[in-house]
Amino acid sequence: MSTTHIGVAVLWSLVGLFVILITATAIYSVLKRTRPATDFTEIGLRIRSWWVMVSIFTLAMLLSRVVSLFFFAFISFLALKEYLSIIPTRRADRRVLLWAYLAIPLQYFWAGVEWYGMFIVFIPVYVFLFLPLCMVVVGETRDFLRSAGTLHWGLMTMVFSISHVAYLLVLPPAGDSGAGGAGMLLYLVFLTQSNDVAQFLWGKSMGRRKIVPSVSPNKTWEGFLGGVGTTTLLAVLLSGLLTPLSLPLAFVAGLLISAAGFVGDVTISAVKRDIGVKDSGNLLPGHGGIMDRIDSLTYTAPLFFHFVFYLYY
Amino acid sequence: MKFVHRVLRYLFYRVIVRLVVLIVLGLNVRHRERLPAKGPAIVVANHNSHLDTMVLITLLPARLLDRIRPVAAADYFLATPRRAWWAQNIVGILPIKRQRDQPDEDLLAPCYEALEKGHVLIFFPEGSRGEPEKLTAFKGGIAKLAARFPTVPVTPVLLHGLGKALPKGERLLVPFFCDVFVGETLYGSEDRDDFMQRLEAHMATLSREGRFPLWS
Repeated sequence: MSTTHIGVAVLWSLVGLFVILITATAIYSVLKRTRPATDFTEIGLRIRSWWVMVSIFTLAMLLSRVVSLFFFAFISFLALKEYLSIIPTRRADRRVLLWAYLAIPLQYFWAGVEWYGMFIVFIPVYVFLFLPLCMVVVGETRDFLRSAGTLHWGLMTMVFSISHVAYLLVLPPAGDSGAGGAGMLLYLVFLTQSNDVAQFLWGKSMGRRKIVPSVSPNKTWEGFLGGVGTTTLLAVLLSGLLTPLSLPLAFVAGLLISAAGFVGDVTISAVKRDIGVKDSGNLLPGHGGIMDRIDSLTYTAPLFFHFVFYLYY
Repeated sequence: MKFVHRVLRYLFYRVIVRLVVLIVLGLNVRHRERLPAKGPAIVVANHNSHLDTMVLITLLPARLLDRIRPVAAADYFLATPRRAWWAQNIVGILPIKRQRDQPDEDLLAPCYEALEKGHVLIFFPEGSRGEPEKLTAFKGGIAKLAARFPTVPVTPVLLHGLGKALPKGERLLVPFFCDVFVGETLYGSEDRDDFMQRLEAHMATLSREGRFPLWS
């Protein structure tokens, strides 16, 4: 197994992820023993799911770039499938949905061959124009707009947005960083996910004032601001290891990821509230479905990508 | 069952069907522990797709595979030689007739025999994938069968989404996550109406557990 394609800094960071997991598991075991009255079942399930997710992610990163691209394409597939399974769909659109699924391998193929021009217009232009054409050919006009609109929203968030994570991977090294695209990928994914955890922990421990009560009643200003602070601090600390960002730029990246992550989270919450489900699925015990886990990433991935793309490419 | 067929059947269900079910579809199974762990047993489900049988068989224990028999209409599944070979040797159906030839013929006789041998029957009381006119003819069948074997557990299962993935009359499989909700076991009784009411109540309880999006 050759791991030269990701670099030493990324390797050590992956080791760091497991150190964090071991620490979290240890804290959980101690808390469970010292506070038998409190129910830690959900936290336990969450940590166990984190072990599975981090292990698969690490393996996908270590094996090869192609495996990593397949991994993110598969995440998009699972997320789009979950989305299409919880929204109302029309029987007449069966074939159209198959075409929509087919956009996934193509979108990740453009990333794999580093065809940026096609990657960036394929879903927002070509797929956007093509799927309604398929629907017209089928000929069912009842709920036409609802169907075309919801389908495109799903493709934009679950496929187009998430594919930006994969495109980070194929970017050549920029500036004086040796970590390259894999470093920035890890930086983005780690900060997005740790931002979720930090917002959750800050909110649980000191949350008072609700921030968007009608969409997500558990989210508080304290959780949000605590998350922004923690994530921005981590962004500055990790920038030298994984990115070419200078300290002021890393500070901006931290603010961007933490704020965008929050928006992504509550946007998917609003969708779930609209549909009337609590979780998008049950693929990840303790978390819910795959959409519940990558909700923040649907906002942070394209925004962080274009931030570094503007600066260095 | 011939050894070759057993091997083919094992490969079909434990490898091909399993991969399709896991990767292309994806299942949301609730109360899986309520599924029977040994025969004889009867699994009862609503029926919307050819996938229904496939999914239920992959969820039952692998060691039972040789004894799992989906009860299926002989007139449809034995219609052509190729389909009959496939249905009988790989899918492993228990063919039963839908029309009596003699007035005193008991159409469920093959089911009695299978249960006596300790087999696990998969039974679709709707009789067909979404043709309501056939519902009544089979509706009573399950009550009759359960009444004859009052110690055999009947496990109701509610399936949702498989009819979206592969409805009747379609060849293309479209990926969807599918719900499989397993209900509490019930047993047959002499009072068949009472049994049917209990069965329907179990199914109604299961359908309240999920929130199924509109599909039309």
